[in-house]
Amino acid sequence: MMQERWSFLAGPARNRARATVARRRAVERFQQVFLRLAAGAVCAVALGVAAAPQVARAEGAAGDGRLPVVASFSILGDIVRQVGGDDVRLDVLVGPMRDAHTFEPTPKDARALGQARVLVVNGLGFESWMPRLVEAAGFKGRTIEASRGVQPRRLDDGEDGPEDHAHEDHAHEEAGGGAHADAGHGHDHDHGGVDPHAWQDLANGVIYARNIARGLADADPAHASAYQARAEAYVRKLRQADAEWRRKLDAIPAGRRVLATSHDAFGYFGAAYGIEVLSVVGLSSEAEPSARAMADLVARIRAHHVRALFLEQGGNARALRQVAAETGVKPGGALYADTLDLPGHEASTYLGMFRWNTEQLLQAFEAP
Amino acid sequence: MDLWSLLAQPFIDYGFMRRALAGALALAFAAGPLGVFLVLRRLSLMGDAMAHAILPGVAVGFLTAGLSMTAMTLGGMVTGVAVAVLAGLVSRMTPLREDASFAAFYLVSLGLGVLLVSLKGTNMDLIHVLFGTVLGLGDAALILVTVVSSVTLLALAALLRVLAMECLDPGFLRAEGRAGAWAHIGFLLLLVMNLVAGFQVLGTLMVVGIMMLPATAARFWVRPVGSQMVLAAVLGALASYAGLLVSYHADVPASPAIILGAGAIHFISVAFGPHGGILLAVREARARRARLLQSMKERSQ
Repeated sequence: MMQERWSFLAGPARNRARATVARRRAVERFQQVFLRLAAGAVCAVALGVAAAPQVARAEGAAGDGRLPVVASFSILGDIVRQVGGDDVRLDVLVGPMRDAHTFEPTPKDARALGQARVLVVNGLGFESWMPRLVEAAGFKGRTIEASRGVQPRRLDDGEDGPEDHAHEDHAHEEAGGGAHADAGHGHDHDHGGVDPHAWQDLANGVIYARNIARGLADADPAHASAYQARAEAYVRKLRQADAEWRRKLDAIPAGRRVLATSHDAFGYFGAAYGIEVLSVVGLSSEAEPSARAMADLVARIRAHHVRALFLEQGGNARALRQVAAETGVKPGGALYADTLDLPGHEASTYLGMFRWNTEQLLQAFEAP
Repeated sequence: MDLWSLLAQPFIDYGFMRRALAGALALAFAAGPLGVFLVLRRLSLMGDAMAHAILPGVAVGFLTAGLSMTAMTLGGMVTGVAVAVLAGLVSRMTPLREDASFAAFYLVSLGLGVLLVSLKGTNMDLIHVLFGTVLGLGDAALILVTVVSSVTLLALAALLRVLAMECLDPGFLRAEGRAGAWAHIGFLLLLVMNLVAGFQVLGTLMVVGIMMLPATAARFWVRPVGSQMVLAAVLGALASYAGLLVSYHADVPASPAIILGAGAIHFISVAFGPHGGILLAVREARARRARLLQSMKERSQ
C-alpha cells in the first residue's frame, strides 16, 4: 500500500523484498523535499518583509522635488493633472479604459501608493478595494476624498421625477459652489446604495477640483498658490462647459430627453441636465440578464418613447444590441461612465469625456 | 393566462426569445450526441477541461483583433486542438494517465488565459464574451452555431461506426490500422468546435452542461448508442425550451435556467429510468427478497 503510494518518488523499487527499504527511502525523500520547500517559503516571506519598506524608503527619499500623488482612477487622475500641473508626480491606479469595479491591484500599484504622499479617491463607496490596498501598501500620507461636500444620490432615485432634481441643482448652481459644498458636508458614511458617479455632473466636478486643490495645498504648502490658481482656472472652464451643455440640452423638448443605458452611472447627469434616465436594472451588472428583464426593458422602451439607447463602455452590450433591434431604437455610440479613453481619443480628459457624452446624446435626441 | 400564452407567447412576442431558442436548439442537437460518446469513453470530465483550454486562444484572438468573432473562434479552435493533442501525446508517451494530463494542460491554459485577458486594458467586454449571452445572440453567432451543429451531425453520421468501435473495442481497431487514431482526432475536433460555438451561446462553463447532462440522462432510458444519441439531442432541446420559459416567467438568468432544466431531466432519469434507475433497482431488490422469503417458507413447510 505504502509502496504503491510513494513508488513515484522511490523509483523502480517494485520488488516486494525491498519494500521496506524503498518505503523508508521514499518517506525520507518526501521529507527532504517538503523541508526544502518550507525553507524556501520562509526565506521568500522574510525577503519580502525585509525588502518592501526599504524599497519604499529609498525611492521616496530620492524624489525630484515634485509631490508624489496617487489618484484612484482615470477621471480623478485628469482633474489632479489639471490642478497639480508640473508640481505633482502623478500615478493613476485604474488607468484609462479599465474597469474600477473589477480592479485588482498589482504589486506595482502597492509600491506606487507606498511611495506617495497624497492619495486622491472619489469616495461615496466607489473604491471598495482601496482600504485593503492602503493597508497592504503601508500608505501613511494624506487622503483626499474628492467627492466631499457633494450632495449624494441614492441609486434607486433614478426613475422618479428627474425634473425636481434638476431644479434643485439649478438652485445650487446659482447659490454658488461654496454653498453647495456646505450643504452635504456632514453626510453620513453609510455608502450602501449611494451612487458614486458624482463626477457626471460638472457642478460636482467644480467641488472635486476645489477639494483636490485644498488637499494638495495642505500637503505641499510651498506651491499652495499655484494649486489654487490652476484650480480656479479649471473651475472657470468647467462652469463654461456646464452652461454650454445645459443650454444645448434645454433647447430640446423635455419629452425627447429620455436615455436608456446599461449601467446605472448617469443618475447625477440626468438629474443635473433634466434628462430622464431609464436605468436598465438587471442588465447593468456583469451577471447574465433574465429573459423577463429583457422583455420588461423592451416594454419600457416602447412605453417611454426612448430615443437613445446607449451601450456604455463595458456593460452587457450584446443583450442590449438585441433589445435595440427589437424596439427599432438605434443604439447610440458608447458613453463613458467611469473611465476615460486612452490618450489621443477625444474622451481622454474629463472635459473631453463630457463633451463626447453630451454630443452623443444631443445627436440621438435631435434625430427625427 | 391560458396554456398557449404560457408556452408560446414569449417566443411570438420577442425576437430575442426566438433567437435564443434557435441557438440553444442548434447547440443541443449537436452537443447531446457528442456527450453520449464522452460518457461511453469515460471522458465525461474532459469536456469541462477542454472548455477551459480554449480560453487562451480566445483571449489571443480578442487581443489581436478585438471583438471579432472569427478571430476568437479561430483562436479557441487552435488552442483547444493543441491542448487535446498534447495531452493525448503526453499520456501516451509517459506513465501519466490521460485525465491527469488533461487536468494539467487545462489548468495551465486557464492561467495563461486569465493572464492574457488581464494584460490588455480593455478587458471589460471580454467578461461578457466569456460568459456568453443566450439572450444576446447576434446574426453572426447564430450562423456560427447552426453551421457547427450541422457539420457536427454530418460528421458524426459518417464516423459513427468507427467511433462506436473505438469506444467498445479499441484493441480491434488498433489491430486493423490507423483508423482509430484518426477517428479520435476527428472526434476531438468536433468537440472543440462545439465548445467554441457553444460558449457564444451559454458561456464556457455552462456549455459543458448541455453536452453532458442530456447524455447521462439518455443512457437510463434506452440501450442502443444510436437511440441514446437521438434521445440526448431531444432532451437537450427540451431543457433549452423549458429553461428559456422559466427564465422568462420566473425572472432568472437564462443559461443557468437551461442547465438546471437539463439537470432536472438528469435526476428524473436517475430516479425513474428503466435501465438502472433507482426506482427500478429498489423494486427488483424487493421482488428478489419476496421470492427468497417465499422459497424459504416453502422449504420450512
